[in-house]
Amino acid sequence: MVEFTLPKNSKVGKGKSYKAPEGAKRVRKFQVYRWNPDDGQNPRMDTYDVDLDKCGPMVLDALIKIKNEMDSTLTFRRSCREGICGSCAMNINGKNGLACTTGMDEVKGDVKITPLPHMEVVKDLVPDLTNFYAQYASIEPWLKTESPAPDRERLQTEDDRRKMDGLYECILCACCSTSCPSYWWNQDRYLGPAILLQAYRWIADSRDEHTGERLDNLEDPFRLYRCHTIMNCAHACPKGLNPAKAIAEIKKLMVERRA
Amino acid sequence: MSLRTPLGKVRGLGSAKEGTHHFWVQRVSAVALVPLTIWLVASLVCLTGAGRDEVLDWLGSPVQAILMLLLVIAGFYHLKLGIQVVLEDYVHGEGAKLATSLLNTFVCFAGGAVSVFAVLKIAFGG
Repeated sequence: MVEFTLPKNSKVGKGKSYKAPEGAKRVRKFQVYRWNPDDGQNPRMDTYDVDLDKCGPMVLDALIKIKNEMDSTLTFRRSCREGICGSCAMNINGKNGLACTTGMDEVKGDVKITPLPHMEVVKDLVPDLTNFYAQYASIEPWLKTESPAPDRERLQTEDDRRKMDGLYECILCACCSTSCPSYWWNQDRYLGPAILLQAYRWIADSRDEHTGERLDNLEDPFRLYRCHTIMNCAHACPKGLNPAKAIAEIKKLMVERRA
Repeated sequence: MSLRTPLGKVRGLGSAKEGTHHFWVQRVSAVALVPLTIWLVASLVCLTGAGRDEVLDWLGSPVQAILMLLLVIAGFYHLKLGIQVVLEDYVHGEGAKLATSLLNTFVCFAGGAVSVFAVLKIAFGG
């Protein structure tokens, strides 16, 4: 749904301020979005002064330090801390990214952290990804074949394997989808860049025998054609992938099979 | 509140199995409009300072009239396709979407018809 202003109960207010310990020399301000579903309050931005001399270099290091030492009520997802699980996707100074692979030195001034944009919030920095995961399930992300299963591995040439480079690396962090205005306005029907890139990963797989059915499933004014090549997805992807290109490849196949 | 499963909601009414034709003709009309627009701009520059009769003579010649008809048809068709995308992006109520889509179709076809009629009238010496 198109929303250019925040609903009344989502307007963000000024929050609490947590000072750095006495004697801290290098201090960085972190403004963090806070919202608790249980207290009936509007969201607020809390400010934490983090002592950089006693903190790791990444944005996630600061969040973990805040939770451990300053305010244990802060809620966020994290796991691998090396950019492979996709849990700590959030908006850092206006750009979606992974807190664990975003260095504090990449961000100028105060570090402002909010949840992934235009998603329902579960609590603080945790967005509700239920619809995103259901969309992923809807593209049936597994190898589908009609031929009897071989007695050994399913073979693939090196050239065919290379066609999946730039696709298989996707970690489903949702940074791209939640940076896409088309996904903001129509996420109930548009699959979004991450899921379409994943769909193309199976379309491009030479071992899969359901390419036509996969294209049938995507051929829809909303599921696929809400992509207007805005390119926010490629800009946001923390893995350096290009979902817009994968979507363009799907559109090319759609045209190719008609002619 | 709905008790439908998330996957049930996403699968919804299924794929419409269309959208590719719209996507393709939007690009075909865009490509056609590139040389036609260059022709129009160049012609208007050449016609700078020309009087009414001179412009009517120019548009009355077969080549210019046919190019103008192609421009008008491709232009209004492209306009209709483009506005439809904007409506699908931003208008969400089913009733409002239907009403605005109808209005878009009618206005673009009417605009195209009026323009085609005007060119033909000039070309055939109205």
